[in-house]
Amino acid sequence: MARLSGLQREVLSLYRKCLREIRKKPVDSRSNFKSYARAEFNKHLSVSKKDFNAIEYLLRKGARQLEMYSSPGIRNIR
Amino acid sequence: MASLRTTSRLLASSRPLFRPATFARTYATVESGVQEPAPKVKKFQVYRWNPDAPSEKPKMQTYELDLNKTGPMMLDALIRIKNEIDPTLTFRRSCREGICGSCAMNIDGVNTLACLCRIPTDTAKESRIYPLPHTYVVKDLVPDLTQFYKQYKSIKPYLQRDTPSEDGLEYRQSPEERKKLDGLYECILCACCSTSCPSYWWNSEEYLGPAILLQSYRWLADSRDEKTAERKHALDNSMSVYRCHTILNCTRTCPKGLNPARAIAEIKKLMAAH
Repeated sequence: MARLSGLQREVLSLYRKCLREIRKKPVDSRSNFKSYARAEFNKHLSVSKKDFNAIEYLLRKGARQLEMYSSPGIRNIR
Repeated sequence: MASLRTTSRLLASSRPLFRPATFARTYATVESGVQEPAPKVKKFQVYRWNPDAPSEKPKMQTYELDLNKTGPMMLDALIRIKNEIDPTLTFRRSCREGICGSCAMNIDGVNTLACLCRIPTDTAKESRIYPLPHTYVVKDLVPDLTQFYKQYKSIKPYLQRDTPSEDGLEYRQSPEERKKLDGLYECILCACCSTSCPSYWWNSEEYLGPAILLQSYRWLADSRDEKTAERKHALDNSMSVYRCHTILNCTRTCPKGLNPARAIAEIKKLMAAH
C-alpha cells in the first residue's frame, strides 16, 4: 500500500476508533452501528483529497459524532 | 421543531423593525406632502460558509439595506437581512441588549456584540461581519465554543467550601469584600476577549485565555470560597496563566467594558506571593 499522508492516517484512525466503540455496543445492534458508521464515511467519498479544509472539518465533525454515539446510553441506531 | 423555533424568532424580532415606518406615517399625516427621506443604502459584507457543502470555500456575501428602515444596531441589520433578504443567514442571538453574549462576532475588525454595536452611519464604507476569529465555524457567523466552555468547566466556577456558616444561614460578606467582585461578576462569557488574544490563538489548548482567567480570579477573590489554595495550585504551571503577555487586546475589545488584563495581573500577583 502507498504511504499515507497524515490526514489520511487521521481519517483511518477515526474509522478504527468507530469500530472499537461499536464493539462496546450490544451484540444485536452492532451491525446497525457499523452500517451507520460506514454510511457516514461513504457520504463524503467524493471530497477531493487535496481539499484539506473540508477533510479537517469532516474529521472534527466525525470526532464529535463519535463522542456522542459512544455514550453507553445509546444502545441502538437505525 | 427546529422550523417552529425559527418562525417564532422571526415574528418576535420583526416588531422593532416596523417602528420607524409607523413613526414616518404619523408624521406625514400632520404635515401632508412631506417626502420620505432619501434612502441611505449601506452595504454589509457577511461571511458565509455552509457545513452541508464542506468542499465549497467560505465566501463574503454582500447585502444592501436602507438605514432609514433599519434599527440602529448591527443586530437589527442582521435580523432584517435574515427576515427580508436571505433567510439562510445563520447567527446566534437572544436578548438583543448585551446581557446574554450570544451575538459575539467580529464587526469591522473588532470583536463585539452585534446588539451593542451601532451601525456606522457612513454609507460610503461597507461593514464587514465575520465570526469570532480563530474559532472553528459551525455555520456562517456561529463559532464552535466547545473548547471555551470546557476550559470554563475546568476552573470549577462555583463556590467551594467545607465549613458551614456560623448561624446556618447565608455565607455573609462585608461590603468591602463584595466590592472586590465588582468588575468581575459582570462578565457574560461572550468570548470576545479570548478570541481577540493572539496568545490564545496559538495556545488555545492549554492557555486558559482572558475570559476564563477573569472568572478564575472572580473565585479566587471571593471571600466565601475556601479552596483558594487548590485553585492557585491548579493554575501553577507555565501554560494556564503565564501565556498572558499583557497584550491587552482583551481589555480593548470587551463589549461590557471590563478589564480581564487587570484580573490576570492580580492572579499573577497572588501566585507570586504564594
